Amino acid sequence: MQFGIFSVSDVTQDPTTGHTVSEAERIKAMVTIALKAEEVGLDVFASGEHHNPPFVASSPTTMLGYIAARTSKLILSTSTTLITTNDPVKIAEDYAMLQHLADGRVDLMMGRGNTGPVYPWFGQDIRNGIQLAVENYALLRRLWREDVVDWEGNFRTPLQGFTATPRPLDGVPPFVWHGSIRSPEIAEQAAYYGDGFFHNNIFWPASHTKQMIDLYRRRFEHYGHGAADQAIVGLGGQVFMRKNSQDAVREFRPYFDNAPVYGHGPSLEDFTRETPLTVGSPQEVIERTLGFREQFGDYQRQLFLMDHAGLPLKTVLEQLDILGEEVVPVLRKEFAALKPAHVPDAPTHESLKAAAERAQSMESLSTPESVVEEVKR
Amino acid sequence: MTSTPERTIAVVTAGLTTPSSTRLLADQLAAAVRDTLDGRGVPRRIVVVELRDHAHDLTNNLLTGFPSEALREVLETVVSADALIAVTPTFSASYNGLFKMFFDVLDDKALVGKPVLIAATGGTERHSLVLEYAMRPLFAYLQAVVVPTAVYAASSDWGPHANALRTRVERAATELVDLLTNQPARAAVDPFENPTPFENLLNG
Repeated sequence: MQFGIFSVSDVTQDPTTGHTVSEAERIKAMVTIALKAEEVGLDVFASGEHHNPPFVASSPTTMLGYIAARTSKLILSTSTTLITTNDPVKIAEDYAMLQHLADGRVDLMMGRGNTGPVYPWFGQDIRNGIQLAVENYALLRRLWREDVVDWEGNFRTPLQGFTATPRPLDGVPPFVWHGSIRSPEIAEQAAYYGDGFFHNNIFWPASHTKQMIDLYRRRFEHYGHGAADQAIVGLGGQVFMRKNSQDAVREFRPYFDNAPVYGHGPSLEDFTRETPLTVGSPQEVIERTLGFREQFGDYQRQLFLMDHAGLPLKTVLEQLDILGEEVVPVLRKEFAALKPAHVPDAPTHESLKAAAERAQSMESLSTPESVVEEVKR
Repeated sequence: MTSTPERTIAVVTAGLTTPSSTRLLADQLAAAVRDTLDGRGVPRRIVVVELRDHAHDLTNNLLTGFPSEALREVLETVVSADALIAVTPTFSASYNGLFKMFFDVLDDKALVGKPVLIAATGGTERHSLVLEYAMRPLFAYLQAVVVPTAVYAASSDWGPHANALRTRVERAATELVDLLTNQPARAAVDPFENPTPFENLLNG
């Protein structure tokens, strides 16, 4: 089981002080947060991608490349990479490059992006969101898996004899997750390819998240990648912790009330009841997170949203200390004890490389004659 | 012998006071539809939704993008109903904001082909065309099948003109039941049960 954090990179006024950090401060803060994630023993740091204020993360591979140079174990990921408005050729190049620089500590999460105005800035139309995600990703897969690609589609200029460089590290493309809150088509896409499926699990009730994950698991089995409970599931989550629950609620409430997306809407109490948001003691977070396993089955990756809504860097770092020292060690132990042996871990570069080598040695064992023999029988 | 399937009628009312004349009109329409269905031996279930009870949840849904559990149940009731009776007070020459919020939050495919009876209340008869220039276009956009008789009740309809209102209510109810009983009972479509196969998406 992998544990980590994901950032949306928002620059939001701290509602308790009225102070808004500069973009420069926010960008450096994200780096500090990522380094802290490794320091406290987390496995994954994922950066969002946005092309409009108040967000700063328009260039995820620049940031992740810098973090890669300053870490040694942390897996660098995205939350999400916009498969709709980015050119799949550029995604193939950027993330293969990052893979080499990070010695394989890279995976990606594809997402469509739900900000309507962003699409036309990149020559696209949000109404084609699903079709863009389907076509662009199909091309991206080929660019990473085939040395020379001839391709023609609906949304970008055709390719003739194109080779995306650098080739993926060790010939192994980065593992891909597909993130979607509400579109069954994306769960279906993840299942079809045997990729991972990630539900952000923040804005919607568990009953809905479960529908998406159950669909993905069922179709993963349908497409022959393994049993439904072997599908690769990731979940988001949102927590704020203090030793005493009441202190956590008191401190977090002004941030919640003014947060982007859900601020000025439901009460903290409503949102805590209706969604997986947990504001309370480390023990409460442990129990709620273990509850995800009961709701959605054994899963492979848990990411927490920690640095948003104007929370000061100092507070975020304190939260990471609590997460790394008091929460994740317990969760690792509990999840490991509960997980059946046939349920796989999330793929990493090393595991995918080993699988590719195994597949290759199997291939060289079966000579053409033996294949013919098998067919005859 | 085949048994007639049960039909569900959802009644959505956007009155703000308690009691409200909008609710009174909704109840009259629901009772007339019930009596007509009973007269034809059609089993029925009538569910009344007071939007006032969900006003905060509707705002929250607009802000967060998802419905609370209570609102989700209401939305599912309307989506799965065989017919809808929609009643609003007239505010500033149109349906009120609460009424519109509900239909903004409801999936825009939820009412396609669904028989709908529209009705409105107001302080004066001079607003009565609100049904034709505001309500009917909204439901036309949502591709609902709106019955020809729309029912408007002004203050005077609750006193001296009560009989005339009664006639309109019964005519509208008959039209709704005629439409409803000519349609097969609705079967719910669950995109999670029957996803579009990926090959179809790829060849999109």
